[in-house]
Amino acid sequence: MAQILFMQALNQAIAEEMRRDPKVFLMGEDVRASVYGAAANLSKEFGPDRVIDTPLSENGFFGAAIGASAVGMRPIVETLTSFMWVGMDQLVSQAAKMRYMFGGQVNLPVVFRCVMYYGGGSAAHHSDRSYPVYMNIGGLKVVVPGTPRDAKGLLKTAIRDDDPVLFFEDGTLLGTRGDVPENGDVPGGDLLVPFGKAAVHRQGTDCTVVAVAGTVPLALAAAAELEGEGVSVEVIDPRTLVPLDKKTILDSVAKTGRCVVTDPASKVCSAASEIMSVIAEEGFWSLQAPMLKVASKQVHVPYTPALEKLMYPTKDDIKAAVKKALE
Amino acid sequence: MAHTAQRILAQDCAEATAAPGKRAPGGYNSPASESTLPAIQAGEGLVHSMAIEKSKLMLMLRRMWLIRHFEETVIKVYTSGEFGGAAHPYIGEEAVAVGACVALRDTDYIAGNHRSHGHPIAKGGDVRKAMAEIYGRRDGYCKGKGGSMHLADFSVGILGESGIVASSVPVATGAALASKLQKKDFVSLVFFGDGASNQGACHEAMNLASIWKLPAIFVCENNQYAVTTPYKSTVSSEHIADRAQAYNMPGVLVDGQDCIAMYEATTEAVKRARSGSGPTLIEALTYRFEEHSLGLGRIRRSEYRTTAEVDEWRKRDPIVIHERRLLDTGTAKQGEIDTIRLETGAQVTEALEFARKSPFPEPSELYEDMWADKTMPVP
Repeated sequence: MAQILFMQALNQAIAEEMRRDPKVFLMGEDVRASVYGAAANLSKEFGPDRVIDTPLSENGFFGAAIGASAVGMRPIVETLTSFMWVGMDQLVSQAAKMRYMFGGQVNLPVVFRCVMYYGGGSAAHHSDRSYPVYMNIGGLKVVVPGTPRDAKGLLKTAIRDDDPVLFFEDGTLLGTRGDVPENGDVPGGDLLVPFGKAAVHRQGTDCTVVAVAGTVPLALAAAAELEGEGVSVEVIDPRTLVPLDKKTILDSVAKTGRCVVTDPASKVCSAASEIMSVIAEEGFWSLQAPMLKVASKQVHVPYTPALEKLMYPTKDDIKAAVKKALE
Repeated sequence: MAHTAQRILAQDCAEATAAPGKRAPGGYNSPASESTLPAIQAGEGLVHSMAIEKSKLMLMLRRMWLIRHFEETVIKVYTSGEFGGAAHPYIGEEAVAVGACVALRDTDYIAGNHRSHGHPIAKGGDVRKAMAEIYGRRDGYCKGKGGSMHLADFSVGILGESGIVASSVPVATGAALASKLQKKDFVSLVFFGDGASNQGACHEAMNLASIWKLPAIFVCENNQYAVTTPYKSTVSSEHIADRAQAYNMPGVLVDGQDCIAMYEATTEAVKRARSGSGPTLIEALTYRFEEHSLGLGRIRRSEYRTTAEVDEWRKRDPIVIHERRLLDTGTAKQGEIDTIRLETGAQVTEALEFARKSPFPEPSELYEDMWADKTMPVP
């Protein structure tokens, strides 16, 4: 077991999969120089044919990745969530729809690594937490790792998956450190985390907190503090939103009877909204109190730290919500 | 080294086809009142540089007839209300797809757009599956899930037609990228229209193909109107082929009514692509004989183009041009031509029967084909 950074975990996953499978290649803006860090040293190891710098041309190179995946390659695209809007037609009209529209004739094993920076004064154009949008589209798997271990294991699974995957890398987590097992220490010699299997990061009996991406460590910190106050919180990280592991969430709510869902995305039609809708439809009679949502404020991200700090869910918001659920 | 748009083939065509007419100032596409459209001439298209074997010449005729019969049948059955949605007839443009696709191998890729029936037939697709798809039946290419605008046959390199114009251009470029990375000599050719030529996706893809020297061929089917809007009012250059210059690739203006001109231009582009020299833009000047789409009754009443203009272009029927040439050069006898016309007609009649008999998908098939992963739960 090694303690490594979330960013290093991503880097390991990409490098290992590129070594394993010659069909895997990485493309994106400034990936050779690895401006965002996860592609560090890949260009040196794999050369320019497998680590491809693209022009600023999302519609062009998103489409090129999709087309390459349709004929036998397994591209990984690195992009920022905020630039995905530029290539939206390719993501929605092609990546998401081609397989169904063409009657299952084609698989599109393409991974979009969507780097999601927010909270650092980047303002409205560089702070999108946009994964809920893609949950609504269909045809795209949506992955939101919350720990370095899951980042590595889920990315390796994504690269081996035969469907298009949007893999959201939460910028607030990239510098976090966590235990990631060496491949030699896991069964099969490869750390692969399955899709559609939520992680129960902490067991508890009084209230379930379902936490997405960057809110996972906040929920764990809130749970640790609440334990000191005599409240037992169960923390669940869905890890993948499409597919969503409903069972683990519903089982937990059946046990605790109370639920807070926290999500760094904007509140309206967030991942939390969908999770709460599932609980309302399928777990309503387990609830002893109304569910509560702790998500970002429904405004654009302001530049000034004086206002941006008001935007996102905090540990204290989660604690307050749990207490309210227990009233 | 910068490429300048080449018009050599276009000049050949102009000499061969439009000698008595004069091109209106500003290019081909002028209001009918001031243009003299090239009319069909005896011996049209005789001036060509390549010797093409008879089997290919006859194959081109066969596929053009197959498309023609197919589209005429679709119009007939659509009008009688057998299926709904939209259908965009390719009549008048057959030489573009056929000339281009006959220059390709089966292993090469094509992609296209909403005017989707002609491309797969030209590439050697199965008319029965195409018709069944339009009928929304289970035996259709896409099991009834794609319909008229989204035919695809990955088994013969047809990567699919896109209802969003220009959206398939980057995808086809990606297939060319894969070909290069896989060290295969497969070429990827994409059809798009004059309207799509204004989409950013088109320009981004051409730029990518050029900087990476990809084996891609961009075929702009300039049928002169994006629904009702003439390209002259939306394209800033005189010709769409001129835009190739910006992407440092050859741009070739071709007579899209002449399948041999298309075949020759595509063959050159294929040679360039396979040798690693990069992409080519071909602008095929053509004309849509029918209205934009079946089911859009309002367009027919529009005055965006005159009956006289349509009639002039109908005189440049790509099938008539090719047949006349085959006869004039002694390449084929009338009997052989008649046989092809009748055989392809019978093939389409059989396809229609096949489509009508094919079952609709079962309700249980609604969720099928969303995912490669069969374990995906239904939300």
